[in-house]
Amino acid sequence: MIKVSGLTKDYGARRAITNVSFDAQQGEIVGFLGPNGAGKTTTMRILTGYMPPTDGEAIVAGYDVVEESLEVRKRVGYLPETVPLYTDMVVFDYLKFMGDLRRIPNVDARVDEVLDMVGLLERSNGYIGNLSKGMRQRVGLAQALLHRPEVLILDEPTIGLDPGQVVEVRKLIREVGKERTVLLSTHLLNEAQNICDRVLIINKGKIITEDTTENLQARLIGGERVILRVRGESDELAATVQQVKGVQSVETKEDGSVEFEFSAGKDVRPEVAKHIIKAGYDLLELRPLGMSLEEIFLELTGDSKKK
Amino acid sequence: MRNIWTIAKREYDNYFNSPLAYAVAFAIMLMLGIYFSLILYATSDQAMSGGGAPETTPLNWLFVFLMIFLSPALTMRLISDEARMGTLELMLTAPVRDFELVAGKWLGSLMFILSIALLTLIYPIVINNFVEPGIDWMVILSSYLGLILVCSTLLALGTGISAVFTNQFAAFFVTLGLFFFLWFMISLPANILPQGGEVFNYLSLSDHFSQSMNNGTVNLGDIVYYVSLTALGLFVGSTAVEIRRWR
Repeated sequence: MIKVSGLTKDYGARRAITNVSFDAQQGEIVGFLGPNGAGKTTTMRILTGYMPPTDGEAIVAGYDVVEESLEVRKRVGYLPETVPLYTDMVVFDYLKFMGDLRRIPNVDARVDEVLDMVGLLERSNGYIGNLSKGMRQRVGLAQALLHRPEVLILDEPTIGLDPGQVVEVRKLIREVGKERTVLLSTHLLNEAQNICDRVLIINKGKIITEDTTENLQARLIGGERVILRVRGESDELAATVQQVKGVQSVETKEDGSVEFEFSAGKDVRPEVAKHIIKAGYDLLELRPLGMSLEEIFLELTGDSKKK
Repeated sequence: MRNIWTIAKREYDNYFNSPLAYAVAFAIMLMLGIYFSLILYATSDQAMSGGGAPETTPLNWLFVFLMIFLSPALTMRLISDEARMGTLELMLTAPVRDFELVAGKWLGSLMFILSIALLTLIYPIVINNFVEPGIDWMVILSSYLGLILVCSTLLALGTGISAVFTNQFAAFFVTLGLFFFLWFMISLPANILPQGGEVFNYLSLSDHFSQSMNNGTVNLGDIVYYVSLTALGLFVGSTAVEIRRWR
């Protein structure tokens, strides 16, 4: 449904994205993960026919975004990051206007239906300018869903929503994503983990990695990290742990605890426990540290050392 | 074509939410009302001494003259404000051609002005009831055709300029400057140059209306002039929108 190859975009002398390639199938929810300014919005704008790429090719819903831009735009629902809306219009009139441009039959009934989906039916006659940010976000989402698009492109769809609404909107995205292709961008890693089947990590205009959320986590954790805490303080604790065979990269933390790693599959925790107790320490805690997507991300983008 | 109509309708409705549009309508109607009563006073005096019947075509001239100053206020935000507010992104990702967007905006503003022009029909109707054997409706028709063509030209050029700028006030002043030039100044070389000066007369916005259509003369040349300038305005507008995509 989405096939992107070698996409590059320059803004004047600045290169926003470099050689971006990926694809997404029908019924798949793909997450675009990256810090601000990574090129997520630029890529999405190219895919929605908003602007042409400097180089490369993108096929969306079977049409080329440059050559057959109108055909692409007919089949794509887009929620821009800033959620631009005509604030001096009534919610219903706005959606009807967008529906008319998209030649939706029975547009009044469809607008009500979509407003119901996003939970805004009772604000249908209110001015958009009087809506809260979260409500505007949902008007934008309603606009994107209006014409039952084959491809849904959502730029930061849950930003500015209450926690309750975030859950609702994620549920909605999963729901509509069953028979469509959804590409959504986010800088929230747990959101990507939560909704997406697959994640593309992008930084400084380049795709760094692409995988399913589970694989990504498994792939990046080369070894397992464990935290060890004992009663009292001891300078030799790290050295004591180091003596156990299979223990790697021992590190003493500021609070006196010790973190160490061992290669996956060779669990050295029982040996470490025995050794510590034999050395006369009172063992308080020996806990594995799962690597969060946050850490994976920082490691991948090479920012971990700046911490 | 349907997209042009959909966009024009929204833009037309939008004018009725805008205090600026009401101010423009108010200014036009106030000036025309004052001028109309002056015409009535003047001609009623003449009529006593056997003078001619009152005419309403000077009212249309005043309407067009006021449009030079007022129409930039109606067109300045048409596209520039959409660019500033970000709503242009909605339009440019909807299945709408760039030309349809610009033409829809222009048509919406033209429909608004035509609604005001419709109100001014009251003046010839009033006079028609006062004089025997009634007024010459063909002259009125020709005058209104001219009025529509001039307004169409001004609004198209204004819409085109609005697409070039992101700041509506920049669009306003550039539009106003252009209209000043085309109305008052472009024909000046015609009086100075020994020959070939007629070209500059032809380019003037005012002459095709005030020297011909407003007096009941309909020339193909005048119509071609206004239609070409309207097309030019819309072309500039859609080109500017397309350039925005590439930036």
